[in-house]
Amino acid sequence: MSEQRNDTKFINRQSFIELNARERAEVLFDAGTSRELAGPFDRMESPWLAMQGVTPQADDGCVVMKGKISGQSTVVIALEGAFQGGSMGEVSGEKLAAALDLACADNEKGIRTNAVMLLETGGVRLQEANLGLASIAEIMASILVLRRHVPVICIIAGTVGCFGGMSLAAGLASYVVMTREARLGMNGPEVIEQTSGVDEFDSSDRALIWAIHGGEQRFAMGLADALVEDDAQQMVEAVQRFIAKGVPAVHRSSEVALYRSRIAALDPSRQWDPKELRAAWKAGAAPEVNQ
Amino acid sequence: MERIEFDYPATHAVLKKAHVGVVGSGDLEVLLEPLDGDSAHVSILTSVDGFRNTWKAVLDRFFASYQGAVRIQIHDAGATPGSVLLRLQQAVEVSQR
Amino acid sequence: MSEYKGIRGTVWLKALTGQSAPLGGDPASVLTIDAPLGEDNARFLCVVPNPEGRFPCARHGEVGMEEAYTLATRVREVIHEDRDRLKRPIVAIVDVKSQAYGRREETAGIFLAGAAAADAYGSARLAGHPVIALIVGHAFSGAFLTHGYQANRLLAFDDDGVMIHAMHKAAAARITRRTVESLEELGKTIAPLSYNIRDYAKLGLLYKLLHVEHPENPSPAEIEGVQKELIAAIHDARNSPVDLRSRTTSSEALDMRKASIQTRRLLEAQWAEIRHEQ
Repeated sequence: MSEQRNDTKFINRQSFIELNARERAEVLFDAGTSRELAGPFDRMESPWLAMQGVTPQADDGCVVMKGKISGQSTVVIALEGAFQGGSMGEVSGEKLAAALDLACADNEKGIRTNAVMLLETGGVRLQEANLGLASIAEIMASILVLRRHVPVICIIAGTVGCFGGMSLAAGLASYVVMTREARLGMNGPEVIEQTSGVDEFDSSDRALIWAIHGGEQRFAMGLADALVEDDAQQMVEAVQRFIAKGVPAVHRSSEVALYRSRIAALDPSRQWDPKELRAAWKAGAAPEVNQ
Repeated sequence: MERIEFDYPATHAVLKKAHVGVVGSGDLEVLLEPLDGDSAHVSILTSVDGFRNTWKAVLDRFFASYQGAVRIQIHDAGATPGSVLLRLQQAVEVSQR
Repeated sequence: MSEYKGIRGTVWLKALTGQSAPLGGDPASVLTIDAPLGEDNARFLCVVPNPEGRFPCARHGEVGMEEAYTLATRVREVIHEDRDRLKRPIVAIVDVKSQAYGRREETAGIFLAGAAAADAYGSARLAGHPVIALIVGHAFSGAFLTHGYQANRLLAFDDDGVMIHAMHKAAAARITRRTVESLEELGKTIAPLSYNIRDYAKLGLLYKLLHVEHPENPSPAEIEGVQKELIAAIHDARNSPVDLRSRTTSSEALDMRKASIQTRRLLEAQWAEIRHEQ
């Protein structure tokens, strides 16, 4: 994978979405610098799945890799959307949180270490329920500390997207990179339809779903920082660009007055055309190159 | 959920580990590692019960042409025999790279 | 097992502060009161139902966008005011039904609102404010992540009306293709699945489980007892690291979160190993 990368710029583009979590992580690194930590042969499996008749995976659906990006030490954590919907269990959650904490400890020692999270997840793994929820709270705490030192970059490439509690983790990231095939939201359409009725959200309306949660919309309304094509090289360049940019002056999740006033300005008596929010919100947001 | 184990004779040593696949619907994960001695050991954890004979047939076929001394661990989420064979061959290829 | 009533937040806010008028200018669903607690002046916050709320999917005790941004504002206010002085305790009284499940919320990015509130609570903790979550009723999923789960210390009532979980029972049963009965049965042997607060306590995340005889109509002695526990938790938080490590180092966690502990140790060891190489 990594040997091929430098050529892809010149030959055909390589789909990023078609790569599995391990391949996605590896392709982001400077060629030949990445090493996987707590990989499948370390067999840190979920202790809770087998007892519920669900086959575990040897890496619990979370790949941790360390190496160099743009010559700088970086840790990449990638969730495997194909395993249990990328859901957060005890082990996968701890891998993510611990990797962020280790990066943080290195930064505190003066060893600059960036972090990239590849989130493809529906949120809490229901077979591990309260431990999954607790681990998301811990991941969020870890992001909050680490992003003081270095940018914490979140990539949502698709096709699972990023939902549930993990959408809050994405909300804490320094930068969010999405593709048009990715979605970002707290509650998926099915859950809203089941909870609040089909009049509130018709989960069979694909156009509506993409209009609300899709990467193009999230970028256009300023809730994501870059929209890239489904192309590994473009993804690499986006990560390099945000590493170079460093920690933002103010994180989006700390812009409370701005977003509170935006919510206050909305007319709650009706549903909104998502496009309305693009015009209303994008103004004033830092411009970012749309590759 | 069922755990199934098989042993096969082996004639040559394998140098490298290999990991392929994902435990996603209709797919499986294969972990292949060198094993000391002259046998291969396969251990399967599958979400679909009652297919021991099918597993045996697939593995008999695989080991008819493969004699590596390996430990193979399979995490299966309902893969077809064809997918199983493909993943096993893929694991062997990776271990020979 | 109990349905969400949405009264406990108000009951305990009044009980612990001795006041009934929240700070003005906020939506009626977010109540903020500053009141003495031991030698401190603490900020108490809770989210309550507001049938008149602007957003239809956030009127019954759900944490919606207005609630989340209001919490974030009120917490950040304390961080700002105390930047050059002793950090006040912040007490999140938790009895929240869920996050708001609505199309408006998704369109306007409720995920960022939740992140903003968690950012505020987490930043307060990191700044040295003792942040205590007192779980008096329901604490579900995204609502708990938004309001309470970033606290230094989690305290909960040992009571059937207290429930901490990732998803409501009926929905969890549907998605995991089980009946509600079989889900309840599983919870008896698999603690993280349980809806019972005593099983939750086994996970080691709680600082303390408090026994309160009348959680919806507490006696003066019970109120004083809870205040004392809050003061002790604040003292403990002030004398401990500002991270959340205490959640995996409790004696219960050493037993129930073995996999977490092993995973972290392994990552630490391999991280150190490759640092020497790189």
